[in-house]
Amino acid sequence: MSRLGKLSHRLHRGELSLDVVGKRRRYYAVSLLIVVVAVVGLAVNGLNKGIDFSGGASFTTPKTSISIAQAESKTKALLTGDHDVVAQKLGTGGMRIQVSGIDNTTANNVRGDLAKDLGVSADSISPQVVGPSWGQEVTQKAELGLVIFMVLVVIYLAIAFEWRMAMAALIALVHDLVITIGVYALVGFEVTPGTVIGLLTILGYSLYDTVVVFDGLKETTRGITGQTRFTYTELANRSLNMTLVRSINTSVVALLPVAALLFVGGGLLGAGMLNDIALALFVGLAAGAYSSIFIATPLVATLKEATPEMKALAKRVRTKRARAERDGIDLDAEEPRDAAEQDDEDEPAEAAAGTLGGQRRQPSSRDRGRGRPSGKRR
Amino acid sequence: MAAAKKGRRSPGADGYPGRALAIILVALVALASAMFISNNKTPRLGIDLAGGTEITLTAKNNPGQPNSINKTNMNTAADIIGKRVNGLGVSEAGVQTQGSKNIVVDIPKGTNTQQAEKLVGTTAQLYFRPVITLAAGSPQPATTPSPSTSGKATPSGAPSASTSGKPAPGSTAKPTATPSASATTQGRAVTSALQAAPATGSSGAPTAPAITAPTPAATATGAATPPPSTGSGTTVAPDPKAEAAFTALNCSNKKQAANAGYGAKPTDQIAVCSQDGSTKYLLAPVAVSGKDVSSAQSVYDTQTGAGWIVTLGFDSTGNSQFAKVTGQLASQQAPNNEFAIVLDNQVVSSPSVSSAITGGSAQISGSFTQQSSEDLANVLSYGALPLSFNISTVTTVSPQLGGEQLHGGLIAGAVGLVLVVLYLLAYYRGLSFIAVLSLVVSAALTYAIMALLGAAIGFALSLPAVCGAIVAIGITADSFIVYFERVRDELRHGRSLGPAVQRAWPRARRTILVSDFVSFLAAAVLYICSVGDVKGFAFTLGLTTVLDVVVVYLFTKPLLTILARRPFYSDGHKWSGLNPESVGFNAPLRRVRRQARTEVKEA
Repeated sequence: MSRLGKLSHRLHRGELSLDVVGKRRRYYAVSLLIVVVAVVGLAVNGLNKGIDFSGGASFTTPKTSISIAQAESKTKALLTGDHDVVAQKLGTGGMRIQVSGIDNTTANNVRGDLAKDLGVSADSISPQVVGPSWGQEVTQKAELGLVIFMVLVVIYLAIAFEWRMAMAALIALVHDLVITIGVYALVGFEVTPGTVIGLLTILGYSLYDTVVVFDGLKETTRGITGQTRFTYTELANRSLNMTLVRSINTSVVALLPVAALLFVGGGLLGAGMLNDIALALFVGLAAGAYSSIFIATPLVATLKEATPEMKALAKRVRTKRARAERDGIDLDAEEPRDAAEQDDEDEPAEAAAGTLGGQRRQPSSRDRGRGRPSGKRR
Repeated sequence: MAAAKKGRRSPGADGYPGRALAIILVALVALASAMFISNNKTPRLGIDLAGGTEITLTAKNNPGQPNSINKTNMNTAADIIGKRVNGLGVSEAGVQTQGSKNIVVDIPKGTNTQQAEKLVGTTAQLYFRPVITLAAGSPQPATTPSPSTSGKATPSGAPSASTSGKPAPGSTAKPTATPSASATTQGRAVTSALQAAPATGSSGAPTAPAITAPTPAATATGAATPPPSTGSGTTVAPDPKAEAAFTALNCSNKKQAANAGYGAKPTDQIAVCSQDGSTKYLLAPVAVSGKDVSSAQSVYDTQTGAGWIVTLGFDSTGNSQFAKVTGQLASQQAPNNEFAIVLDNQVVSSPSVSSAITGGSAQISGSFTQQSSEDLANVLSYGALPLSFNISTVTTVSPQLGGEQLHGGLIAGAVGLVLVVLYLLAYYRGLSFIAVLSLVVSAALTYAIMALLGAAIGFALSLPAVCGAIVAIGITADSFIVYFERVRDELRHGRSLGPAVQRAWPRARRTILVSDFVSFLAAAVLYICSVGDVKGFAFTLGLTTVLDVVVVYLFTKPLLTILARRPFYSDGHKWSGLNPESVGFNAPLRRVRRQARTEVKEA
């Protein structure tokens, strides 16, 4: 753990740095590839929609000794007409038998007959009957909620941060959703209302992560135009690295309970609501952790670098560096310290605006006095 | 509290940590005592955890009334369904509207769920319609209209054979399909009494025997013969379209029976089946709407020996309409002297009228059992829903399965909690003590509020809600991480713990607020625009997000402030999670110097 602490320290100090924002095209490409695969998977495979979407019934039986094949054939024998019957064993020793396209009355009859066949009382079999339009209704409502939420959150982030960050967060969010849906299409997990719940929760979570990163970014880049040392991209990367440990920690802590839900709830109860929610959440959270680091922040940098101010800044920085190279000054040595310092201050805007380059803060010279070798920085 | 007073720094810098802790303590005690005083020590469990049946009904627009789904109608419908279910003696049944067009009915375990399901399911409009003609529900041999046993000429039994009739040699079918209750019982003991021929087969009423064996002679002999207008001549002439539907109707086909009369307006003639499918009816337009029934009761009539009867009262509109229609009907011959009580386009009962009934009350007698008279009274009292509904989901959970699901949810929650605590412990060591305490406080608040909300707003803890609570462990722990990482950042910049805790707070607070707001927004939007299980999940998520902010403000931060003064933390003990080694700054010496600097700068 102290190793992790040191890692976090080194990331914080800029001694160790992942160049995420600078090499953002690479991550865009990776994400684009994943998204394309997901979309193709969705188009080719489609989603494996559970009975909740097509209408039908599922019966949960108590502990039983019969096999899956037996259960399926027994159930089929009770039905007339064309119905899909799928049985699964549950962790409790019981069984879940899903039958497509039957209504409540039929389901009640099947329940009674099934109980006789299995030698249990009818009351111990728990049927769930879903009308054909219910899943549609749940999904429609969820889609409506999704759209409303996205609009609200973009407005909120545009106010709390700025519209570019709002856009980047939105794109990262869509990215997470598409990946999650794609995984469902490719793997063929069953889609149930539980999945829809899970997907909707990803909304909040994916953004939670992104917001934590953006908060750091906003702080780090405050007053950026007042200096000529770093471009926006560089500062964004610095901020990202500084909050990296925090992002990883929050993601891990978010994933742990979900993993517990998935493995314990799923293992114990077999497929069911807990499992469905947790599975969608797990996939979505993993995608969300990735996107808040590798997509959201780089996107903000891309959008920002396109503005005239940032273009001008980048130009100034380049000029300054060219001059420094000509004069043989090692600007590099001071870079990280400055960025760290900026985070240190309560009013970096004021501070940065007031002075220029290396001498801009008195305190930044104090480390120099301690005689650290500048070579350690990179 | 004492610690706050002894503190070296002025309380202003620390924001009265003792006071905040006292507030949250008082809140906890208050909630706990409220729990015990109101005797709601556990949260109300949802159907999926406690066992029982949950039925979701989705309203559909009535034909010709596209805008009938509105809040008032939904509330009225929920009210009526609630009365109906509770009329079964189910005291804890919960009926709630959800979204714009759903009603969720929770029926706890231990009640006759089948019966409740049936009652909730029959949620259509109730109408009284005069009978034009009736026939056996299934295709049957074409016979000449046969006189009923009473000797009255009721040619109404004319069967409508359809070519689809299954050939079954050796038919024993009685050709009379007339539910001529009046003829057989002759029980006109009470004035203004009605003789019921309950169409429900269970009552053992003298309904027409079910025709079960159509004969090979089932040739298409055309429509049922309308009864001759031997009476006053006020008989409604059958509408050709309805008559054709009547002819084609085969009540032994469940699908046909269920769809019969669907989409008909109250002013239309309709062809429908009786509930048990034994009889089909061609009915005149609505004479009285079920909305005008003001009361209906099942009574055991000892005076006349009629057995179980149903008495019903009308409001003034209903009364005048009923008087008018019974006056007309009384002069007719069977079956035109009957009116059908039509519920959900199925004939519940079709009593005949012996005389005009005025005075706003009437009795229906027949061979009722206690059960069937109560059912009819229930339907009459509560039958007139302003909307019709589709059953969207019916979930029945056996108590055993409910117990397993609760168990699974609790284990998953416990494992999730332990994993998070272990991770925090490994990473934050001593600091995790604060985090774990905060989690405990958060959990206690959540539990108490859930328990109280069960009584206050009918909140029921369902499996998705448990899931939301488990997911919320992560969100709550996230806030601590944000704060702790900030504090460690400050330490890395060389501050000593006290100032670091204070300086880290404003920034951590902003991050926590912004991210919690987003999370809360998601929960709120989900809650408002969702139906079914999503709602319970969204509710817990929103609740825990709010509690997260409360706990971080009133518990985590003050506790950290107070503990930061302990040597264990402030001197960076190696298990404190704040030691130079684990945070990654170097020497305490440097820290001290830096601190001096900081204070100068701030001054």
